[in-house]
Amino acid sequence: MSAKTLNLTLRVWRQKKPEAAGQFVTYKIDKISPDSSFLEMMDLLNEQLIEQGDEPVAFDHDCREGICGMCSMTINGVPHGKNRLQTTCQLHMRSFSDGDTITIEPFRAKPFPVMRDLVVDRTPLDSIIQSGGYITQRVGSAEDANAVPISKTIADKAMDAAACIGCGACVAVCPNASAMLFTSAKMSQLNMLPQGKPEKDRRALHMVQAMDDNGFGNCTNIGECEAACPVGISLDFIAMMNRDYAVAKVKKIFSGAA
Amino acid sequence: MKLDSKIPEGPLAQKWTNAKFNYKLVNPANKRRYSVIVVGSGLAGGAAAATLGELGYNVKCFCYQDSPRRAHSIAAQGGINAAKNYQNDGDSIFRLFYDTIKGGDFRSREANVYRLAEVSVDIIDQCVASGVPFAREYGGMLANRSFGGAQVSRTFYARGQTGQQLLLGAYQSLSRQIALGQVKMYNRHEMLDVVKVDGVAKGIITRNMVTGKIDRWAADVVVLATGGYSTVYFLSTNAAGCNVTAAWRAHKRGAGFANPCFTQIHPTCIPQEGEHQSKLTLMSESLRNDGRVWVPKKAEDCAKNPNDIPEDARDYFLERKYPSFGNLAPRDISSRAAKEVCDEGRGVGAAIAGVRRGVYLDFADSIKRLGKNVIAERYGNLFDMYENITGENAYERPMRIYPAPHYTMGGLWVDYNLMTTVPGLFAAGEANYSDHGANRLGASALMQGLADGYFVLPYTISNYLATIPLGQAGKIDPNGPDFEEAENNVRSMTDKMMSIKGKTSPRSVHIELGKIMWDNCGMARSKESLTDAIARIGQLRERFWNDVCIPGEADNINIELERAGRVADHLEFAELMCYDALDRDESCGGHFRLEHQTEDGEAVRHDDQYGHVSVWEFNGVGKAPVKHIEPLEYENVQLGVRSYK
Ligand SMILES: Cc1cc2nc3c(=O)[nH]c(=O)nc-3n(C[C@H](O)[C@H](O)[C@H](O)COP(=O)(O)OP(=O)(O)OC[C@H]3O[C@@H](n4cnc5c(N)ncnc54)[C@H](O)[C@@H]3O)c2cc1C
Ligand code: FES
Repeated sequence: MSAKTLNLTLRVWRQKKPEAAGQFVTYKIDKISPDSSFLEMMDLLNEQLIEQGDEPVAFDHDCREGICGMCSMTINGVPHGKNRLQTTCQLHMRSFSDGDTITIEPFRAKPFPVMRDLVVDRTPLDSIIQSGGYITQRVGSAEDANAVPISKTIADKAMDAAACIGCGACVAVCPNASAMLFTSAKMSQLNMLPQGKPEKDRRALHMVQAMDDNGFGNCTNIGECEAACPVGISLDFIAMMNRDYAVAKVKKIFSGAA
Repeated sequence: MKLDSKIPEGPLAQKWTNAKFNYKLVNPANKRRYSVIVVGSGLAGGAAAATLGELGYNVKCFCYQDSPRRAHSIAAQGGINAAKNYQNDGDSIFRLFYDTIKGGDFRSREANVYRLAEVSVDIIDQCVASGVPFAREYGGMLANRSFGGAQVSRTFYARGQTGQQLLLGAYQSLSRQIALGQVKMYNRHEMLDVVKVDGVAKGIITRNMVTGKIDRWAADVVVLATGGYSTVYFLSTNAAGCNVTAAWRAHKRGAGFANPCFTQIHPTCIPQEGEHQSKLTLMSESLRNDGRVWVPKKAEDCAKNPNDIPEDARDYFLERKYPSFGNLAPRDISSRAAKEVCDEGRGVGAAIAGVRRGVYLDFADSIKRLGKNVIAERYGNLFDMYENITGENAYERPMRIYPAPHYTMGGLWVDYNLMTTVPGLFAAGEANYSDHGANRLGASALMQGLADGYFVLPYTISNYLATIPLGQAGKIDPNGPDFEEAENNVRSMTDKMMSIKGKTSPRSVHIELGKIMWDNCGMARSKESLTDAIARIGQLRERFWNDVCIPGEADNINIELERAGRVADHLEFAELMCYDALDRDESCGGHFRLEHQTEDGEAVRHDDQYGHVSVWEFNGVGKAPVKHIEPLEYENVQLGVRSYK
């Protein structure tokens, strides 16, 4: 409950259409409560723009509590801003100071074209999941949930990987626009669980292929993705993915199948 | 409007089995000829689309987000119930059924609730098979917690992210069907009308939220799984984009709306901090397992540091009023108790409009008993979330919580098969009214969403499709006059809103509507407050339609146009909620009429007059709706007064 409010200068990326040229436009906004969230500050900016007869800044958001992965702003050069382990919607204005200038851009990555202002197209991430990020199993055919015990260690590790919110910050921060952290999280979760084992090799081959097909770059072990990830997905999963992929590849060479 | 609940014959425990046996089947080779539209990709819609695709139907699925994985189900924290009795603590299908009926204050349909409890066990099996990493014990078995008013441990969870994991499980199955070409997914498409041909639902109209293009989609059957309407209060725990549009426009096309006034105000949310606020954040109810709720006994202590208030100056009001359930009393009861103490001037935290609206949720005793590490392991992410939002450390200072709109039990009326009063139009998940009566128990919405999507709709939709002759399957003409009329309807609404070019922003109208609803149709309602609300909503609606301002064009991404459409629907729907609340002259569950309470403030039901579902028929904007009744008959439970004392 802080009392002093903030007066800020915002440099916001404005772009009308995917094919249009974009540019930064500077706005002043005053009397922002440090307790308000970053997106609430954006709401107020938009109210101000509407009042002035301008078009509001388009941005993606939904849950506003860090779980849906929809919000996607690059704030002062960093996807989701510089605070670790936070999404844009979790960022609060108490992280800024009175008089600050804040630069707000969309997530920048070749596979994520800008659609308008701060809105980008992240459907290539869905394509990666569609290529193998699932377990093939028919509804209604499952055995009792306790029939196969899963050690707590594995269940916890699988949950660590499954926590990914699919926001794409890892791609946006990576100079190569690699989707390795995102892909490895889902692959590792499923490959680790007994239910996911039968499809392990196939999953590894298909998901890696889908990353290439969707225009994501290679991983050169820079590690910025882990630092930018709002839910702390670990680089260890990339190592697991590399291992699973290598094994699957070798098996494929020897058996010709996967 | 004819209400035929289509409850199957036979004893309660046999009804679903009998129904399934009697349902007609579609020959596997013919399934691909039938087309299905599913609006919504949350637990209900995502699971339904994936399963219907898997069965071989030709499915189209729509959502307004940029990916089906972002549906609001993703935000559920606490867990999902199932009558597995893995804890050997006396749980059973009948007990889950009974708890749900009783928790709903005897305002739901027995047969539906029993089916829900019955399929709950299959849901957990299905989820584990699809890779959901539920919490486990060291021995490798699934872990459970007790949750929100249940005296058995039947809640399965995945850390504090159960909804996320369940939704991603369904999303993965959906993704597989998308890859196989069984489901075609349309992201960033908002459904704006239902199309009826000869009185039967045969399609929808959508707006492409990127290009603004208005499209017609035809199908043999339409499913709405579009979530709840808590955002009618503006501030709620729901995602900012949640809305009533799909359900409301279906209602205007003839789908009866059931019990719209049954809304759930969740007791454990972070209190409002100021006027800038755009949403309220839920703190999982599981916190009440280890936290104690209190306020100062004396109003003059309220501004003090809580750690300086001695034990004997604290009022642990839930433990005092409800000794046997204590801090775990059901949601409606806990919320109301918190409101009461704040109304008495004993609330804590920042004062908004002169009243402190917050109560403490204190972990000091649990930390002393179990150690900080145990508490951190159980709730660490919630404590972090709390600190991030409020700037306060809940290990050292009690959390502040206050009730917030969270879930809506009301929704489109459906029969046992989940079909609305419009033939061919089904409703699932939070969008329908079916299972929770006047109050929903914790961890039961996820259960219902997945029950509807994985296990109920696949049967009932097949049964419906089997009545459509093969020769007609998939042969609906989207160029027919009904599609034309619906498309024009959507276009003219958009044009009208765009052309006003006034001075009022859609968001400011939404905020104002939210205040009217929270003050007049929130935790406490009266004839006076509701009559007042109806008048004020009408005035606000008029202002909206005379003075709304939507900058930009309709053929581009236009966030204000999207918002304005949703606000316009809320402005009509809110009135229906108030009419329903006014008509229901009793207190029950989340619906508390000040006129109907005992001396110590407990709700008083009137089963003789209101032991029914109120189903409303649309009668024109600004006109009183027409009421229809589905009587509720209880053959297996004895109606009683809920007592948690
Ligand atoms: C913060 C929070 C925590 C919760 N925790 C729990 C819990 O622990 N346990 C529990 O059981 N329940 C919990 N709930 C309740 C539960 O999460 C929801 O009731 C449930 O997930 C709703 O699922 P659904 O599939 O019906 O709708 P949703 O998940 O809301 O999905 C709605 C779908 O419809 C789409 N849609 C809506 N309108 C349109 C339109 N016009 N056009 C196109 N698409 C549209 C959306 O894009 C979305 O895909 C919680 C709720 C909240 C808010
Ligand atoms: S809006 Fe959902 S994660 Fe930010």
